[in-house]
Amino acid sequence: MLTIHNLHARIAGKEILKGLSLEVKPGEVHAIMGPNGAGKSTLGNVLAGRPGYEVTQGSVLFDGKNLLELEPEARAAAGLFLAFQYPVEIPGVNNTYFLRAALNAQRKARGEQELDSMQFLKLVREKVKEMGMTPELLNRAVNEGFSGGEKKRNEVFQMALLEPRLAVLDETDSGLDIDALKRVAAGVNSLRSPQRAFLVITHYQRLLDYIVPDFVHVLADGRIVESGDAQLARELEAHGYAWVRERTPVEASA
Amino acid sequence: MTAALPFVQSMHAAALQRRLPGSGLAWLDAARTDALQAFADRGLPDQRNELWKYTSLRALAQRAFAANDAAAASRAGAAALLPVPARQGSRAVFVNGAFRADLSSLDALPEGVAVQSLAAALRDAPEPLRFLLDKRVDDDDDGFTLLNRALAADGLILKVAAGAEVGEPLHIVHVGLAAEAAAAFHLRSLVELGKGARLRIVEHHVGEPQTGHLTNIVRDIGVHANAHLDWTVVQQAGADATLLRRSKVRLHDDAALDLHALELGGKLVRHEIRAELAGARSRFNSRGAFVLHGRQHADMEVLVAHRGRDSFSNAVWRGVADNRARGVVHGRILVQPGADGADGSFYNKNLLLSPDAEIDTRPALEIYADEVKANHGATVGQLDEKVLFYLRSRGIPLETARRILVRAFCSVALDGMDPAPLREHCEALLAEQLPEVSA
Ligand SMILES: Nc1ncnc2c1ncn2[C@@H]1O[C@H](COP(=O)(O)OP(=O)(O)OP(=O)(O)O)[C@@H](O)[C@H]1O
Ligand SMILES: [Mg+2]
Repeated sequence: MLTIHNLHARIAGKEILKGLSLEVKPGEVHAIMGPNGAGKSTLGNVLAGRPGYEVTQGSVLFDGKNLLELEPEARAAAGLFLAFQYPVEIPGVNNTYFLRAALNAQRKARGEQELDSMQFLKLVREKVKEMGMTPELLNRAVNEGFSGGEKKRNEVFQMALLEPRLAVLDETDSGLDIDALKRVAAGVNSLRSPQRAFLVITHYQRLLDYIVPDFVHVLADGRIVESGDAQLARELEAHGYAWVRERTPVEASA
Repeated sequence: MTAALPFVQSMHAAALQRRLPGSGLAWLDAARTDALQAFADRGLPDQRNELWKYTSLRALAQRAFAANDAAAASRAGAAALLPVPARQGSRAVFVNGAFRADLSSLDALPEGVAVQSLAAALRDAPEPLRFLLDKRVDDDDDGFTLLNRALAADGLILKVAAGAEVGEPLHIVHVGLAAEAAAAFHLRSLVELGKGARLRIVEHHVGEPQTGHLTNIVRDIGVHANAHLDWTVVQQAGADATLLRRSKVRLHDDAALDLHALELGGKLVRHEIRAELAGARSRFNSRGAFVLHGRQHADMEVLVAHRGRDSFSNAVWRGVADNRARGVVHGRILVQPGADGADGSFYNKNLLLSPDAEIDTRPALEIYADEVKANHGATVGQLDEKVLFYLRSRGIPLETARRILVRAFCSVALDGMDPAPLREHCEALLAEQLPEVSA
């Protein structure tokens, strides 16, 4: 589904990703851990097509297509979703309106019928129930004045509504209380399917108790330096990243 | 030489050529002659004038305008241009500067509300208007107020008796239709709300795209003690129109004015609002937005003078300019001696959508009283790249994302606007200005 090969990317002239390779197959959940500043969010941003990131080497194939030549909106329509580490506030734009504009834009781009407001509201009601979303948040401006945790939950709600094929969750667990963490994890788990894959960026092993990953990777200094199964996350929790550095770096696998 | 300018020549020619309503009245003739003489001396305002600093009239000065549209009283085509909210209910319609009884609907006005065209008032009973029209030239007069005094041929005289409450809005519609030549229309209006009265006015400007007319409106608005005026301006003048307005507002004790303005049309558009908060606890709220394209120029001058104790003013304005458009926002709060406890604020944010667009904003505070609260802030910026990317990452195409954000930016100008149909009308106009998204 997603094949990243020897990816090098720069921001503001500074090389951040330095030969990152990763293969994600449908149905898989990959966790990415790694120290602050390692390039985890950069990877998410490069995948989503954020302007300002310059890919200098390597390739990214998404369902066999060259992802890097698509506009961000085309990547979304193709089924890519990024849950932002820092979701932005959009004063004056109603959350429900925004969701409908997004969903219909994607459907239109895919040549599917757009939803009318009745159909859309029905869908929203279903998803609100499924995800345990606070309905009141939908009547407010996108993320405006939302608490940190509410913003993260709004990201997951958007994901549930847009039903992407590949979701990149960038520290979606940071700032969540225990109950919200469980709800978010349950939401993600309910979306797990043989057709859908997840890239879960996190600093905390705790999330991975709820969303059990198929693979865990350590991203350090712009590369995947260690890969393993869920057990790797527990070892990282116990030993820290210094422990990875002391071991012989393994080539990216999985 | 000023005298050689085509604009100035055409105005003098108009004064000679046209017999204005009320001419023959000695006091009126004298006031008109004085004003024309003062215009000859002062000419058009230039950019040394603080209130015209960013609005150049050099191109206008080279144009000549006909004295009027002789066929204005019968010209067809206005009905189709009437804005939807104005089609029902009470309305006063002006076409090419002339009041049109046939298009207006003023029969259902409640008791206590009197509406008359200036032309009719001057014909029937001019004396009560002497206080309005028999004015000496003073320092505040600029070329356009002088021309207005010299040449105004029509306008609206609107009086609401003390205690009268008008629930339904009264629409005032200015329609510009193509004529044989581009003409200048000078309108002089009066709005008076007696004590405790309540009125809603919706002022519309619409027009055919290629008219080239100049409309020059001067009005006095008096809101007496405890009265409340709700005033909405929906300006969609024709693409070629020049529209200059000066509104002089006076608020007495506990009087209130709520203004909402949506300025979308016209080529050269200006509104100078001079609000005098004369009475104790008088209040003036204004919210407005302009959205400019092409080479449109809009100049909003919001000049607030606090004179009454504990008077309150709050202004929230938004400006958007694309292409080579140019916007000007000037918000001035003057707190005069004695206006202790006054509270005034002016906030203006602007958005440039193109590197060739320009918006100049100047908030200014002058305070000469005690225990005053005054705030102002002004910014000019661009759409936030982070926010644009967020929308795009959800599948919303770049152009649509831009439109959504511009609409959101302007929407505060509509906050508190009612009734709902009017608000929906304004929202739809904003959406039209920034073509609809498929949502
Ligand atoms: N616009 C920018 N200009 C310069 N450097 C940048 C820019 N954006 C990111 N960086 C740098 O790129 C590096 C990687 O940042 P990134 O956000 O990808 O880290 P991260 O692994 O997500 O860290 P964290 O765990 O703290 O979220 C950091 O050193 C950061 O300072
Ligand atoms: Mg990060």
